[in-house]
Amino acid sequence: MRITKLHGLAILVTAGITGAIWYHHPFSPSRDQEQAASPGGDSGLKTDLHETSLMLPWRQDVLVLTPWLAPIVWEGTFSRDILNAQYLQKNLVTGVVTFAVEKYVQFIEGFMRSANKYFLAGHQVNFYLFTDNPEKVSHLQLAPENQLFVIPVQNGSRWQELSRSRMHILSSYIQGQFQHEVDYLYSMDIDVQLLAHIGVEIIDALVATISSWQVTQQENKARETRPESQGATPEGQGDFHYTASFYGGSVSEVYKLTRACFGGLMEDTENGIEARGHHESLLNEYLVQHKPTRLLSPEYYWDTELSPSIIHVKRMCPVHRDSS
Amino acid sequence: CLGAVSGGSLAAPKRGHVLRNSYISLTFLVFSPFRRQDVLTVTPWLAPIVWEGTFDPEILDSAYRPLNLTIGVTAFAIGKYTRFVRRFLESAEQHFMRGYRVNYYIFTDSPESIPPVQLQPGRRLEAVPMLRFSSWQEISMRRMEAINRHVAQVSHREVQYLFCLDIDMEFHNPWGPETLGDMVAAIHPGYFSVPREQFPYERRRSSAAFIPEGEGDFYYGGAVFGGLVSRVYEFTKTCHMSILADKANGVMAAWQEESHLNRHFLTHKPSKLLSPEYIWDDRKPKPPEIRLVRFSTVVKNYKDRELVPGIASKSPGLTGQTV
Repeated sequence: MRITKLHGLAILVTAGITGAIWYHHPFSPSRDQEQAASPGGDSGLKTDLHETSLMLPWRQDVLVLTPWLAPIVWEGTFSRDILNAQYLQKNLVTGVVTFAVEKYVQFIEGFMRSANKYFLAGHQVNFYLFTDNPEKVSHLQLAPENQLFVIPVQNGSRWQELSRSRMHILSSYIQGQFQHEVDYLYSMDIDVQLLAHIGVEIIDALVATISSWQVTQQENKARETRPESQGATPEGQGDFHYTASFYGGSVSEVYKLTRACFGGLMEDTENGIEARGHHESLLNEYLVQHKPTRLLSPEYYWDTELSPSIIHVKRMCPVHRDSS
Repeated sequence: CLGAVSGGSLAAPKRGHVLRNSYISLTFLVFSPFRRQDVLTVTPWLAPIVWEGTFDPEILDSAYRPLNLTIGVTAFAIGKYTRFVRRFLESAEQHFMRGYRVNYYIFTDSPESIPPVQLQPGRRLEAVPMLRFSSWQEISMRRMEAINRHVAQVSHREVQYLFCLDIDMEFHNPWGPETLGDMVAAIHPGYFSVPREQFPYERRRSSAAFIPEGEGDFYYGGAVFGGLVSRVYEFTKTCHMSILADKANGVMAAWQEESHLNRHFLTHKPSKLLSPEYIWDDRKPKPPEIRLVRFSTVVKNYKDRELVPGIASKSPGLTGQTV
């Protein structure tokens, strides 16, 4: 059909409106992906900051504050520059604790390489690796500010035993050693890769990561349905479901958490019950009673193939394990 | 489709249905009863900004009540400003931290003028003797020093959290534990919807409160600040030092201690911000973003303007200055 002047005008007006909307939107997903590559900095943010007003939420598509006023961290809600400056003011050291037993030792190298690159880049990080195979830990090149401590452990014969002993090990090592070496401590699964920066936006007293949205046909195994088990979370009281694959906080808060979870696991075993999802359900029950001071969006542990529009960055993902 | 699934509706997940709990999580993430989309609710340094509709008072109460806290309040009633004490206290008894222990510290040059207001159990009032200085500016700026000294001598032993409020104001709606935090500042009602270039920061380099163009996060009001008593101690000391530095240079900042407060909060960012609901000026028309006014200026008579010789306007915006 013929393009009339009216068509031309309509196109121009639409383009103008679209441009105006785009200009005023402080963050676009493509820019976020670019920012993921730069070491902790946010290039576009300084110029955008002068546009900041109280009338303009940065992310309108997601919840950024819990009903108890804990921030929920999504890409586009924070300025890492400002947070880095605050972190440096306080001279803090952060630790990471992870377990690699039996066949999980195959993940050590991938984990360490990606965590060294993307976890609190530019800041001092102590990696504490508990493993039953310390000799298998090959020489890893770390950033000058980072250190790796390899701590040998016995392997338990069952996964449940490891979960129980993991909490026990953590709490006793915090008390005996970590509290003197770090201010903040984060527990991570070993079978993960970091794909984008995880920076000081995670630093707070008690921090948990919201579980990803899983579209599967399996029952959510971590949700305990037997109330007599210590891991039962009453319906409607757990506002969020948190993953046990990535959580942390100040050493004192993580100590209290691991002590409580270890206690819960001990009770379950004595009663002959094993909390399904092991320490994940106990973690969730603890966090209902002791609300996290900061939540990390599912960006921080993304374990499905899906890509909903609200997930702009996938920062940490599990790697597929070998069947061997 | 998302909104159709509710908490208890699925006994066992069926094929093709999304997991009940994940559904709730995502529904909660996207559609939540506690959500404001029309205003900023988290700062770029991840401090919450407290607005009506962002928090559940019950959850916060159940978290804070067991801690057996005592909350302190400082307010200065010098000269004729003692006439504001009754309304301040009576409205505070109705709305401020109900159910918590509260100590009111009223700094005054005439303790005998403090009216005997009936207080709830667990709440008490202490009149703190204060010198009356020659000008209202001087009185205003001496507040930092007075609060700091009082914290060191008295309140650090008696309270865990301390709020420093203007006396010529009144509570209208609940002010609860949602306001508690390590270091808390309030957004000035006159400047919350204007661009940063229009913030009345001190712009002379000769002042210790100087903030250059292009810098600054928000414009905070001097009528409300607070936090952990140790943080308030540090904060008031720093402000007092910078006020003294200005004095030595023969400079007085544009808006007295409010300018110094803003300078300090630029480099030591508050851990929690209170929306202008907590520091309102009733002479301003209420925009839709302000759903609730919790604490606002008492409308004064024209005749009352000269309460202290030389007083013209106390703070920008709170005098009806158009923005």
